[in-house]
Amino acid sequence: MGKHYLPNLAQRDEMLREIGFGSIDELFSDVPEGMVKEFDLPEGKSEYEVFTELNEVLSKNRTVLEMPSFLGAGTYFHYIPAHVKYLIERSEFLTAYTPYQPEISQGMLQALFEYQSIMAELYGLPVVNSSMYDWGTAIAEAALMAVRLHRGKRKRFVIPKALSPEKRTVIETYTRGANLEIVEIPWDDEGKLDMEKLKEAVGNSAGVYVEMANFFGLVEENVREIGEIAHEAGAYFVIGADPTMLGVFEAPGELGADIAVGEAAYLGNPMNFGGPRAGVFAVRNDKKLIRQMPGRIIGMTKDAEGRRAFVMTLQTREQHIRRAKATSNICSNEALVAVASAVHLASLGPKGLKELGETILKNTAYLRKRLSEVAEIPFEGLYFKDVPVRFERPYREIHEALLARGIHGGYYIGNHFPELGETALFSATETTRKEWVDKLIEALKEVA
Amino acid sequence: MFRQAKWDEPLIFELSREGRIGYTLPKPIEDVDVKIPEKLRRKSRLNLPEISEPEIVKHYTRLSEMNYGVDSGIYPLGSCTMKYNPKINEEIASHPGVAHIHPYQDERTVQGALKIMWELEQWLKEITGMDRFTLQPAAGANGEFTGVSIIRAYHLDNGEPQRDEMLVADSAHGTNPASAAMAGFKVIEIPSTEEGTMDLEALENAVGERTAGLMLTNPNTLGIFEDEIVEIARIVHKAGGLLYYDGANLNAVLGKVRPGDMGFDIVHLNLHKTFSTPHGGGGPGSGPVGVKNFLKDYLPVPLVSYDGERYYLDYNVPKSIGKVKELYGNFAVMVRALTYLKIMGREGLREVSEVAVLNANYLTRKLLGTRGYELPGKELRKHETVFSAEPMKRETGVTAMDVAKRLLDFGMHSPTVYFPLIVHEALMIEPTETVSKEELDAYVEALKKISEEAYSSPEVVKSAPHNTAVRRVDDVLAAKKPVLSWRMYLELKEKGEVDY
Repeated sequence: MGKHYLPNLAQRDEMLREIGFGSIDELFSDVPEGMVKEFDLPEGKSEYEVFTELNEVLSKNRTVLEMPSFLGAGTYFHYIPAHVKYLIERSEFLTAYTPYQPEISQGMLQALFEYQSIMAELYGLPVVNSSMYDWGTAIAEAALMAVRLHRGKRKRFVIPKALSPEKRTVIETYTRGANLEIVEIPWDDEGKLDMEKLKEAVGNSAGVYVEMANFFGLVEENVREIGEIAHEAGAYFVIGADPTMLGVFEAPGELGADIAVGEAAYLGNPMNFGGPRAGVFAVRNDKKLIRQMPGRIIGMTKDAEGRRAFVMTLQTREQHIRRAKATSNICSNEALVAVASAVHLASLGPKGLKELGETILKNTAYLRKRLSEVAEIPFEGLYFKDVPVRFERPYREIHEALLARGIHGGYYIGNHFPELGETALFSATETTRKEWVDKLIEALKEVA
Repeated sequence: MFRQAKWDEPLIFELSREGRIGYTLPKPIEDVDVKIPEKLRRKSRLNLPEISEPEIVKHYTRLSEMNYGVDSGIYPLGSCTMKYNPKINEEIASHPGVAHIHPYQDERTVQGALKIMWELEQWLKEITGMDRFTLQPAAGANGEFTGVSIIRAYHLDNGEPQRDEMLVADSAHGTNPASAAMAGFKVIEIPSTEEGTMDLEALENAVGERTAGLMLTNPNTLGIFEDEIVEIARIVHKAGGLLYYDGANLNAVLGKVRPGDMGFDIVHLNLHKTFSTPHGGGGPGSGPVGVKNFLKDYLPVPLVSYDGERYYLDYNVPKSIGKVKELYGNFAVMVRALTYLKIMGREGLREVSEVAVLNANYLTRKLLGTRGYELPGKELRKHETVFSAEPMKRETGVTAMDVAKRLLDFGMHSPTVYFPLIVHEALMIEPTETVSKEELDAYVEALKKISEEAYSSPEVVKSAPHNTAVRRVDDVLAAKKPVLSWRMYLELKEKGEVDY
């Protein structure tokens, strides 16, 4: 099968003759003898057969549309306006490669420049690249960049202990080759970054990373002060922020960030079982920083007639030119994911993003209030999306009981953070419904 | 004659009018009073566009009309494998069972997703001759980093920390040396011969007790099959190094030859190239990495395993390098690739590489002898071909970049230019199997016409393109005076430092 994708199958012999070959085998005469093999693979199928087969397989998944879910912990169910998907699936966007030829790719280049511009407004930093793979790799790249900025003389990078285990592992894996020392700062009694421990550890570090809401969903009140401590120690300050916070909460750039990172895919993109994503990467307008930035950057310039035009720029940082000395190995990024995020953000506008942030805060507060009726919330404070809930019974049993009632409970974090005991993160967004929460609390009253 | 849309479309910020909205939102569950600490409340202005939905739709539709994709016409960007992206892939990937599942759901509720990942791995194993795959890497370079990190872990584990040199061909993709450097290796370049294949003598001289491995594409970036691959593998393995296959060029041998049978130990694939998933103007991609059995304990976590009854996320990888990306990889891309594989099947996949190679050689032979272009290296190519416009530049001043720009005027996408670096004025052409003979003929005709123009009226070529949304873009100015966001533009405009 698949012949319908191969127009020249019908002209194969004619074309071979025209260029003086007797057979297809002759075209492969440079392959060592015996290396061409018959593969042990299934026969091809018709489109209809594959359509029905894969639909059946996918229907075995229980989606969050059919089952109330309280999962978050770094992946969230947001509603995406219908026009976003419709627009990014325009095939001129969808089926294009990286815009190497700017004159014929102005559409994608402008859309990516607008993505950069929108993120620059959200994060309060004017220089944004056109995406990393995800938030986790963006932090790792920021760590490597901070070390480069110190010319390798400082190799310590400070992160909070209350960080997603996914992100933590990515940072470790990415920075092993450069021999970075990753130092974790524990949380204090309130669940926030322990400022005293930070002061002890910050000396000689290349960078300090903190998130505006930590892995437990707790809003980090002392972001500005953490930045001051980092800067006093000569370290670069890296802030991580969920873009859906930034209509309500101050921009990282205003809070002292030299570099800001985040997850663009929270807007405009469905969860997709965790991928694709797109990492936001923003820096101050400082030549020293810009030169060390990873990833593709779109710039505005003009064409031969003096009209505004867009192009990939500052490419001498990149692997195809600088090779082993590049600032990063990244080539393909997450362009279309970034554009989807930008379309969603442009649709929300300043008013919509603020309203979205407020709604999430209110829904999170409501979920927290209700959960506190049936279990313990280990920390006081303001929560955004995630709320930790500590149970007396093993969470495994509670999870089973909830699932039996058609509810997907939270994400168990006791294995990653044993000091928190039988704790799971329960999450709310603007998509959380009252009847889901009611059903959850009713179930927990029976089983917790 | 091709004429691309020229909309002079303003930036979305310039379309903003106070009070317009483009969204609806559900009301909060309950109007809980939430106190935001004063020092964290947003006080800086949030300068996002205020715009209605119909305006947004028109804006992006117009932008799309100023963009060129595989669906617009021939897109023979060398090493990028810009083949047709079947629409059924999109249909399947839009299923709610793809879009609306959370990665931390109980495995019993995502058996369909895990089955798809597991099945995809089985296909990729047979196609490459590898024993185990991770689907986590987000793109080719992310896969390369995974592979070289595994090589590093393997040597350390064997008590050979001195193996800190990664060998790469001088014709290699830039990501190879960049990925190796990121994993902490010193990069050693191995030159190519006049024929365009790896210089075996240079390789012999380069290997030693510090050799960690060799990264290679086969066929290489000239589109030439490394016919001494068995010998290359022997040299590297004898020295104690591992052999890494950059799968960017797998389309040349898909369904016919397996990297595992050539002697490779590690392979990365590009689902967005060989396996027909759309590239989205730069991403998302997906770069699975396969290894031979002796390396499987180093793969990133989790793997997807099957115990005969259920599929599960397998964290039991004793020496795992960790994670190269959050979660499990670009799942929505994997779904598309599996759809493609199931439709193609064994015979279809073999025909893909056969027709891809036929098309590249057809184009090569048809263009050969055209004034101004020469073909360095062997004539027989695999999936792509690299011509040099060096004679044209010497004789007329018209460069490979000029040729590339002029092709756009014909409504055809340019080849990759100035790569591989070992060819001067390189035009790297990869037609893929999904273009017709007529498109190939038209492409050759356009290149011949441009050659005629170069020798008769070079200005037409040098001032190209003429028919695209904008004329030749000033990339020197872009780098000299960086304008990287609307915010930067407004500042520079205010200072009078930009006039566009």
